[in-house]
Amino acid sequence: MLSIVLLSFFGIVNLFLGFQKNKNILLPAAFIFTLIVFAANLVDFNQPIDVFGEFNTGMLTIDKITVGFTAIILVANLLVILLADKYILGKQSQPAEYFSILMLSTVGAIMMVSYDHLLILFLGVETLSIPMYVLAGAEKRNLRSNEAALKYFLMGAFATGFLLFGVALVYGATGAFSLAGIKEACSAAEQSPLLILGLGFLLVGMLFKVSAAPFHFWTPDVYQGAPTLFTAFMSTVVKTAGFAAIYRLLSSGFGPIVPTWSIALAVIAVVTLLIGNLIAITQTSFKRTMAYSSISHAGYMLIAIVAMNGFSQEAILYYSAAYTFATIAAFAVQHVVEQHHERDDFEIFHGVGKTNPFLALVGTVAMLSLAGIPLTGGFIGKLMVFTSAYQSGFGWLLIVAVLMSTVSMYYYLRLPIAMLLKKTVTEEKISVSPGASIVLWICLIGTVVLGLFPNLFTSLF
Amino acid sequence: MVLAFKSDIAKYVALAAAVAELAVVLVAFSGFATNADVQYAFSMPWMPEWGISFSLGMDGISMMLVFLAAILMPSIILSAFNNEKKFPAVFYALMLLMQSGLMGVFLAQDGFLFYFFWEIALIPIYFLASIWGSERKIPVTTKFFIYTIFGSLFMLLSILYLYLHTGDTPSAAISDLYRAGRSLGHLEQTYVFLGLFAAFAIKMPLFPFHTWQPDTYTEAPTPATMLLSGIMLKMGVYGLIRWLLPVVPWAVNEWTPIIIVLSVIGIIYGSIIAIRQRDIKRLVAYSSFAHVGLMGAAIFSLEIEGLQGAIIQMVAHGINVVGLFHAVQIIRTRVGRTLDISDLGGITQSSPSLTVYFMLVLLGSVALPLTNGFPGEFLMLKGVFMYNPILGVVAGLTIILGAVYMLRLFQSTMFGPKTEATQNFAKLTFSEGMAFFPLASLVLLMGFFPNIFLSITEPAAKALLTDVVSAVSNSLTLKP
Repeated sequence: MLSIVLLSFFGIVNLFLGFQKNKNILLPAAFIFTLIVFAANLVDFNQPIDVFGEFNTGMLTIDKITVGFTAIILVANLLVILLADKYILGKQSQPAEYFSILMLSTVGAIMMVSYDHLLILFLGVETLSIPMYVLAGAEKRNLRSNEAALKYFLMGAFATGFLLFGVALVYGATGAFSLAGIKEACSAAEQSPLLILGLGFLLVGMLFKVSAAPFHFWTPDVYQGAPTLFTAFMSTVVKTAGFAAIYRLLSSGFGPIVPTWSIALAVIAVVTLLIGNLIAITQTSFKRTMAYSSISHAGYMLIAIVAMNGFSQEAILYYSAAYTFATIAAFAVQHVVEQHHERDDFEIFHGVGKTNPFLALVGTVAMLSLAGIPLTGGFIGKLMVFTSAYQSGFGWLLIVAVLMSTVSMYYYLRLPIAMLLKKTVTEEKISVSPGASIVLWICLIGTVVLGLFPNLFTSLF
Repeated sequence: MVLAFKSDIAKYVALAAAVAELAVVLVAFSGFATNADVQYAFSMPWMPEWGISFSLGMDGISMMLVFLAAILMPSIILSAFNNEKKFPAVFYALMLLMQSGLMGVFLAQDGFLFYFFWEIALIPIYFLASIWGSERKIPVTTKFFIYTIFGSLFMLLSILYLYLHTGDTPSAAISDLYRAGRSLGHLEQTYVFLGLFAAFAIKMPLFPFHTWQPDTYTEAPTPATMLLSGIMLKMGVYGLIRWLLPVVPWAVNEWTPIIIVLSVIGIIYGSIIAIRQRDIKRLVAYSSFAHVGLMGAAIFSLEIEGLQGAIIQMVAHGINVVGLFHAVQIIRTRVGRTLDISDLGGITQSSPSLTVYFMLVLLGSVALPLTNGFPGEFLMLKGVFMYNPILGVVAGLTIILGAVYMLRLFQSTMFGPKTEATQNFAKLTFSEGMAFFPLASLVLLMGFFPNIFLSITEPAAKALLTDVVSAVSNSLTLKP
């Protein structure tokens, strides 16, 4: 709660900071503000501070898991801010707005991971999404960017419509907006078709947001068209928040009626995995490949949700953390190289291994983590997802997951191959800003630590 | 493990590290008690809540393989000395990293640790093969990587499955996984078996999972090929012995006939193709494939001779194949390009020392008595023969076929008149000779005194085999 209040406040402060002449303090200001919120979040870990006092109506819960997810989201926010420097300050006429949009969008994400009331979920989704529509279209003069924004907006609004309709139906069936109330209604013997329908609509809305198939069609175009920086934010924060929200919904709210939705979700998970991985093979643009990769990761996380046992939440948390580090690293590499070349196909990566070995190293480790090779956080995340699936008897899902993992190696290897094995035309070193360097280091260390010492984190929860 | 150093001294640092490691291993070797226990154990909890620990240890079998890896590394590193490489520091760092991964595989006493090291060994070899490989490296190494990962991921599923069946508090310790495997029903044992077998069969390779091997061995830079065929291949064989046979005995018993037949097919198939090869590097690659088939068959024969034969052959084959590739490498670099066997000849006139070394490792490979190949091949053939005499005879053809292609290789490259390509064949440099020396000496040492090695592995091998055989007979009496 503290984090939500603080972050909103700072977001607005940042906006006003844009009025003064010195643009150079915007990034440090945004960074420091977010850092303060991060610290405040951690304070909430053992003993949540009740900010609202007597106004608290119990619509939000803060517990260790929520703090964990919030931490991941805030780290993603921090990393994107660090990456931003030259980009936002250089190109945009009102740079302060972009920092604020990032922060305010994060507020929505935090609401999504700690809600206890469906209206807060809706509020969170909207607060997260609407700024994202703006960010997707941030390059006002780029046709692709405009296309991305429009597509995202239209599809997203559509999805939100489904979400709201689902909320209404569920209310109609159970008489409750709160997750506790829904749980009670579900525990009753007879489930009305209205409830099932409501759940279906709710899920459709949420699955749109996390780009699960068959609601994924917007993802490649939007990820490719949006500026790389904001794509990084989109693919990490939105996914993490989305899956945390779906898990909360299904475990706390609709927990009692698990068999009803688990098969449907399992099928969706399989389709998502298939589509995400198989289509990624044919891509020639790295950003688009990453878009399909994010779709396939949505599939893996769905497996953990389908499993729905005590281990699943930890698995999703860990997976999100590993996925966030790896994806931001990958997009950071893309961002840096792209700034240099102003294109976004694979050729810009040729020869990077020679000119910028560190960049190549981080890119390779990121790809290995996304592929799930041991030594990286991605592997432990996948391991946890697999374990939770086995424990709930969904072994057959794992065969698909493993086959698709093998397929994914092919397109994940493309980046290291391009960077390390292909020759470049020019030999100039690509300049990496200090902010970007810090981001790359943090992601690298994060991925390796998550890969070697999972104990440090799992013992916290 | 060594991090990247400055280019010119990197190779010496790497060599020093490898020699230091060898020294450590030799100390362990001499202090090794000849019993079946797991010695030099080291265990540290890694993820205690999940029952996974960083535990290492070696019994006789592991000891031999650790010894192999340690003794080959200096030779492999030395063989790379003369050739100009880009980014040498990274090259040597990757080689040492690979060695750590390999050691870890042989020493791991915990299922997840085993998987961890298995994959860790894959990454450096992939980069070694792809960055420093020759023209077709990108499609070939990608195929290698994906094919291997495919097997490994199924192995992960099998290990995971076993792990989750170890009882209320899951544990990945090797003895618990054994217990879990044996408690499974027939169908489940088959699944676990197939998953584990996939990984090992692809790695070794066994027919018909071998299609990645010839290309990868040929396109990779020779030091990488030495690592692949000398040590990494043994990972697969070791996996069969340590992580397949004792784990799912009923399934092992069921699938043995098929596997032995496939292995024998592989032996003949590989040998015949080797005879047809004109590229010397590819020829040695196929010979490696043929030899590995015999190891697979011998292990599944479930006879002590077969198992002991396979273990000692792992060491002998490692030594021989590294020596062979070294000779091939020397010829290739002197001649300057990849040549047909018929375009070479008369090298012995220019470099008698190469001839001697080449001949020694070659005879070892052909399994001439008094060389290191002989005890291994003899024991393995005995094992297969005891399983089924006909298959034993067919497998025995490997000796004849092996002699054919190896001697043909030797004769056409070394003897005869000098050809245009071999006109100016330089003598062996110091480092090249030094790389050969330990290998050649071991060929003879192991040939004359195989018991030094056999006695170390015997207690552990016997214990493992009696364990497996009794588990098999137990499982046969159980209901599905």
